[in-house]
Amino acid sequence: MAVTLTPNITDPDGFYTQLLAAHDGLSIEDSAALNARLILVLANHIGDRSVLTAALKAAKLEDS
Amino acid sequence: MVATRYETAYQLYPYEKAAGQDLDVVEHHPVVIVGGGPVGLALALDLGKRGTPALVLDDHEGPGQGSKAICFSKRSLDIAHRLGAGQPMVDKGVVWNVGRVFHGDGQLFSFNLQPEEGHRNPAFINLQQPYFEKFLVDAIRQAQANGAPIQIRGKNRVRHIEQDGDITHVQVDTPDGPYQLDADWLIACDGAGSPTRKMMDLTFDGRVFEDNFLIADVRMKADFPTERWFWFHPPFKHSGASALLHKQPDDVWRIDFQLGWDIDRAAELDPDRIRARVDAMLSSQTGTVPDYDLVWTSIYTFQCRRMKNFRHGSVIFAGDAAHQVSPFGARGANSGLQDAENLAWKLDLIVKGQADLSLLDSYAQEREFGADENILNSSRATDFMTPKTEISTIFRNAVLDLAGKYAFARPFVNSGRLSVPCTYDDMPLFTADAMPDAPARSRPGSACPDAPVDDGFLLDLLDGQFTVLAISGDAPSGPALFNVHIPDPSPLLAERYLGAHKQAVYLIRPDQHVIGRWPAYDPDKICAALQRAIGKA
Repeated sequence: MAVTLTPNITDPDGFYTQLLAAHDGLSIEDSAALNARLILVLANHIGDRSVLTAALKAAKLEDS
Repeated sequence: MVATRYETAYQLYPYEKAAGQDLDVVEHHPVVIVGGGPVGLALALDLGKRGTPALVLDDHEGPGQGSKAICFSKRSLDIAHRLGAGQPMVDKGVVWNVGRVFHGDGQLFSFNLQPEEGHRNPAFINLQQPYFEKFLVDAIRQAQANGAPIQIRGKNRVRHIEQDGDITHVQVDTPDGPYQLDADWLIACDGAGSPTRKMMDLTFDGRVFEDNFLIADVRMKADFPTERWFWFHPPFKHSGASALLHKQPDDVWRIDFQLGWDIDRAAELDPDRIRARVDAMLSSQTGTVPDYDLVWTSIYTFQCRRMKNFRHGSVIFAGDAAHQVSPFGARGANSGLQDAENLAWKLDLIVKGQADLSLLDSYAQEREFGADENILNSSRATDFMTPKTEISTIFRNAVLDLAGKYAFARPFVNSGRLSVPCTYDDMPLFTADAMPDAPARSRPGSACPDAPVDDGFLLDLLDGQFTVLAISGDAPSGPALFNVHIPDPSPLLAERYLGAHKQAVYLIRPDQHVIGRWPAYDPDKICAALQRAIGKA
């Protein structure tokens, strides 16, 4: 299955603000830890290995 | 002279001058096994019970002192059981099923290895390696009494080998001086530092992991449960990045500390320093420091590597001599025993002239595949336990932080994936699955899962020969093979071998791996699969 790379969040500005707010006041180390936890939570939610593979590829800005 | 490299736990095969040593005649042996560890002994026993002479040369007179390998898997016990050595191992060993994983002060989760019901052997036992070797030698003595042509020569060190066409000339040192013998097949089971491999100038490449682990085996009366406890970031002092506590027989506990890379080895082995570590660990668990003895201590580093080829003409490598993994997952000795069982029946057929030499290439191919799987699993465990970069540390800690709270993160936690036999999917000796919708666990290439049959177990019926196993349906009546018919399978047997099918016919290798399976008995298909299984198709 392909990873969704077209807009899919109804409130992009709201989510973006929420994402940054979660990092408010954190050191770079604590932010990195939060990001890592977030990635793991989201990856597990997706579950499908082919989507995760496609997502990794997209994140590395590789051509699909 | 034969130098003593280590202290032996006990004498099992004291040096005796061999009859041929004083004669000018060079002894000729079909199979010479270098190294009397678990792999060499199991191989000799398997060959000898089949009637093929096996000579084991070992440069000591018994197993080395120290616990060394302690976790023996169900597959190893199944192999040992077929060879007549399994029961004493299970009787002496500590059966354990529960593991707990801690992160600092808190428990992340526990797991229960207890597989399903209906297996003769437990998932794992803990047993000090010297016991394992002793029970194999006991079984060899028993087999010898029944006429099995096995010899073990202690204090016989191979000094030089020379491949000369089909023959290998072997120079052996003994306390009475050197002698020579010739071997049709030389099997190197001489450990990770394999002198045979070095004599042949063969490479042994792979990854070195930059970490040191301290083992302290302590004897104490303690009330810890019979469980495997593993800590990431242990809360007790000087314990390093991880620690392990695991019970062995005779009130001995294995404790491991992960010390890191830049350490002063000699200083860390100072008994006072080790005691300080052990004291901190035990008192953090019990509130006091119980009386204990340090039985054995060692610092190890490890590599994950294998030889490119396990077969070099008539010299064949098995066990740690051929491949090495980290200890996490108990994939060292256990995979070596799988090498031995894979090799034994093939070598036996070749020595008896019943198969072509190319059958031995399948040993190499199958076990190189097995070694790769073990190295992969072992490397992954090691990468989790010893993150190599800052970002891998960040992700590792993220997993640990999540695992205490959410079940989803627990499968990522890796303190070793415990040894299970590999499945030889799509390997040349196996026949394509004619029942693809039958249970995957018993597909061609897999090691037969055990199951109850009458008052016993299925694996007892698969006694080291090519076997036609007919489940339900009619009894097989075709080619002169060993036939087992189970007209009325137990529910567990049906679940593991039939699935939704009413009946099935399996062809099983001497090492209890499934060659092929069919919905009905067809002698032509069985014959074709059998030819293929000995490399003749």
